[in-house]
Amino acid sequence: MAVTTSTDIVEKVRSTPEERRATAIGIVLVAIAAFVLWVFALGVDSSYVSTFNLSLPGDPDLTWAVSSQVLSFVVAAIIAFIGGWVLRRTHVKWTNLGLAIALTLFALAFLTWAAADKSFSLVGMLRSTVILSVPVTLGALTGLMCERVAIINIAIEGQLLTAAFVGTVAGSAWGIWAGLIGAMLTGAILGLVLAVLSIRYRIDQIIAGVVINIFALGLTSFLARRVLSVTPELNSPGRFSSHKIPLLGDIPVLGSMFFNHNMFVYGTYALVLILHFGFFYTRWGLRSRAVGEHPKAADTVGIDVYWTRYRNVVLGGLIAGFGGAFLTLAQVSRFEENLTAGIGYIGLAAMIFGRWMPFGALGAGLVFGFALTLQQKLGILGTPIPSEFLSMTPYLVTIIVVAGVVGRSRPPAADGQPYIKD
Amino acid sequence: MELALTGITKQFPGVLANDNVNLTVSEGEIVALLGENGAGKTTLMNILYGLYHPTSGTVEIDGKPVQFHSPGDAIKAGIGMVHQHFMLVPVFTVAENVILGDEPTKRAGIINRAKAKKTVTEISRRYKLDVDPDAIIEDLPVGIQQRVEIIKVLERQARFVVFDEPTSVLTPTEVEGFFEIVQSLKADGKGIIFISHKLGEALEIADRIVIMRRGKTVAEVLPRDVDEAGLAELMVGRPVDLVVDKAEAEPKDVVLSVEHLTVLDDRNRRAIDGVSFQVRSGEIVGIAGVQGNGQTELVEALTGLRTPLGGRVMLKGDDMTVASPRAMHQANVAHVPEDRQKSGLVLPFTVTENIVLNSYYERPLSRGVIMDWDEARDRATRLVEEYDVRTPGIEVPVSNLSGGNQQKVIVAREFDRDVALVIASQPTRGIDVGSIEYIHSRIVEERDLGAAVLIVSSELDEVMALSDRILVMYEGKIAGEFDATASTTEIGLAMLGSTEGQNEQAS
Repeated sequence: MAVTTSTDIVEKVRSTPEERRATAIGIVLVAIAAFVLWVFALGVDSSYVSTFNLSLPGDPDLTWAVSSQVLSFVVAAIIAFIGGWVLRRTHVKWTNLGLAIALTLFALAFLTWAAADKSFSLVGMLRSTVILSVPVTLGALTGLMCERVAIINIAIEGQLLTAAFVGTVAGSAWGIWAGLIGAMLTGAILGLVLAVLSIRYRIDQIIAGVVINIFALGLTSFLARRVLSVTPELNSPGRFSSHKIPLLGDIPVLGSMFFNHNMFVYGTYALVLILHFGFFYTRWGLRSRAVGEHPKAADTVGIDVYWTRYRNVVLGGLIAGFGGAFLTLAQVSRFEENLTAGIGYIGLAAMIFGRWMPFGALGAGLVFGFALTLQQKLGILGTPIPSEFLSMTPYLVTIIVVAGVVGRSRPPAADGQPYIKD
Repeated sequence: MELALTGITKQFPGVLANDNVNLTVSEGEIVALLGENGAGKTTLMNILYGLYHPTSGTVEIDGKPVQFHSPGDAIKAGIGMVHQHFMLVPVFTVAENVILGDEPTKRAGIINRAKAKKTVTEISRRYKLDVDPDAIIEDLPVGIQQRVEIIKVLERQARFVVFDEPTSVLTPTEVEGFFEIVQSLKADGKGIIFISHKLGEALEIADRIVIMRRGKTVAEVLPRDVDEAGLAELMVGRPVDLVVDKAEAEPKDVVLSVEHLTVLDDRNRRAIDGVSFQVRSGEIVGIAGVQGNGQTELVEALTGLRTPLGGRVMLKGDDMTVASPRAMHQANVAHVPEDRQKSGLVLPFTVTENIVLNSYYERPLSRGVIMDWDEARDRATRLVEEYDVRTPGIEVPVSNLSGGNQQKVIVAREFDRDVALVIASQPTRGIDVGSIEYIHSRIVEERDLGAAVLIVSSELDEVMALSDRILVMYEGKIAGEFDATASTTEIGLAMLGSTEGQNEQAS
């Protein structure tokens, strides 16, 4: 009997999942290239010029003008080329890189088309991207704190919303710092509720999270209508102001984007650094990850699995509370019903897109921040796209990213499973 | 220095798992704890390791009674355990796993990686374990993973080490290496408890053998005073036939033909890489090999549970490469899955429901959408009788049955028709000797009735006892083919991937 070792002659029944994915993505990219060509390039007058403003008002003027049509032609060609290259499936591993480049170019072509024959503040848009990424990133970091110890936290949305409400009320009554502390404690308390339900009572974690969200939406909506509408002085907390970081804040474009913000933005950067360092260089991180990957192994070396989970979920709640405070103490300075509008869920998507890594959460947060910005800014530009469709953008991007772009990444092995000591 | 468990009793709801058990081990001594599955060995060790609290009885170290409320307490008292299912985090490095729970830190809880690596390297060198501290656990073969577990125990300065079924995942050659490690631990003054159900190994390594049966310690013997048959009798409580009684095989037509089969695992690696072999009617082909060398994926591909990436599976000349599990069933393939509780049975379902699980949709069990439960109960009653399933009734949940009887329910369900091909994976894992004997005889009977039989087992003894022909799997390929008379050494070498086995041809 012959034992075949050469595998290249294998008569294939089907292709590998990666190869099938590459084919799908290749086809989508070619379609996108055709779309760019048809709508963005051929859909505008060849004489139109898109003008991008690269400086904020008050700073030295910096603009970039480009022929709308020429840029779209070039982008269409490059995306088509990448699509064809992906379809050849010679370097399946690099599919994601090609996809990322192509989508970035698509975004550029889209903006060029939207700004055809107009002037458009690109820096304003990027700056807004950073600001809007903050609650998404903080939501993602909350989710990450919990899922690294194998607790799925769907309740981020409810934590953000309730914290935003408490932030407003406490901030109006006792000042913005009191608002911040109140918001963070609120996030932590809801985290504790989730932890008790899922660790002590072993209620399905998804259901526990959904229950918290429904409770949060109902409670805050009720209080907003009954209390805030009759006592508006409890709904005007004031705001944390922006501070430009010396030197870094003076860099053109990047300075305005990243280093001229309020403390929530800087706090988010700091948290990303702290969590990355914490998870991968400290005893706390090693133990947390062990509890998320193999709780029984952690238990047999004397690590208290339950305590570790409680602690991380509550700490995650503090982060969510920080994000909720951002919404009513920095971004706007008043609370409205369902103010979060799904940002918590988008944060969860960002956690997955960021592959359960703090820096991944930041990057994914920026992508979603961009989508949220598009929703806001394109309305102002007056594109032919109906506004209802524009308001779908962030959610559409979420679906596309989570379903298609992420590919297969590995969550912590014990994610979502209650630990039962026998 | 001595560790003593005295009068340990552990009552679970409805089960007396340990009944007045006594066990002692001194420093520098190897005690083998022998018993069948379900005899109470694991319960006893979980008590020693602080995972269970005894209903009554005491644990003493050097004559002083100790109480363990958690594994942490046991570790502090100098007890280390190498679990049967390794307690290692697969995505961590060796060093990270070793220090977990006992981390060397610098200021502010920052892990001192250099020190961690040094610890691992030192222990590894001292006991000649040869483990790379930076390797990721999931990339390591199980034999090395076991050494990591040993390093973990040593790093915590254990004086008494418990090994729970340590050789069940090792190749014969690895077992020899493992025994050398155990001897060096003994020479270093550690007291060792070696839990096993393998008689030969207990005789070879132990200074003293303690035998448990049905929750009690029934005998304590010295290796020089007994032989395997004697130990087996003490373990089971009656004389045991250690060899499978079967006639010479008379292979006829090819039933199963596998050609260049390539199968991906869940992580998209090639678990089976261009494998070809055939199984004929009237022969038993055994697949030996250490767990995790592609056996699971091979069986899943052959039974329609996993679509192969490439190659062909032919059943009596029909192409079944992408056939569904139901199509395989209808082609008269009987499948005994490797994990009876996960994929063989629906545990909360009754015996009757489990027995009709593969044929409920056919006449006479159902007409259109209506099930004929009288017919189902008749079948269950008949099969319970015929296959000697010990159950209080056919309407009790199958989870109430012992492992051996659960396995018999599966065998009854799968064998109760004109079977063309039997695919049995780990057919006797974790069941009592009586059931093992019975299931082996049923498998041989199917062969003699003209079925082709493919057995996959990580127990080399089982493969050698049952098979007419043996294939050894290593890293997704067939590393050798042997006939039933081959020696353990030859097969053991092939299990390690040595290509000195026969029939290796480049093609």
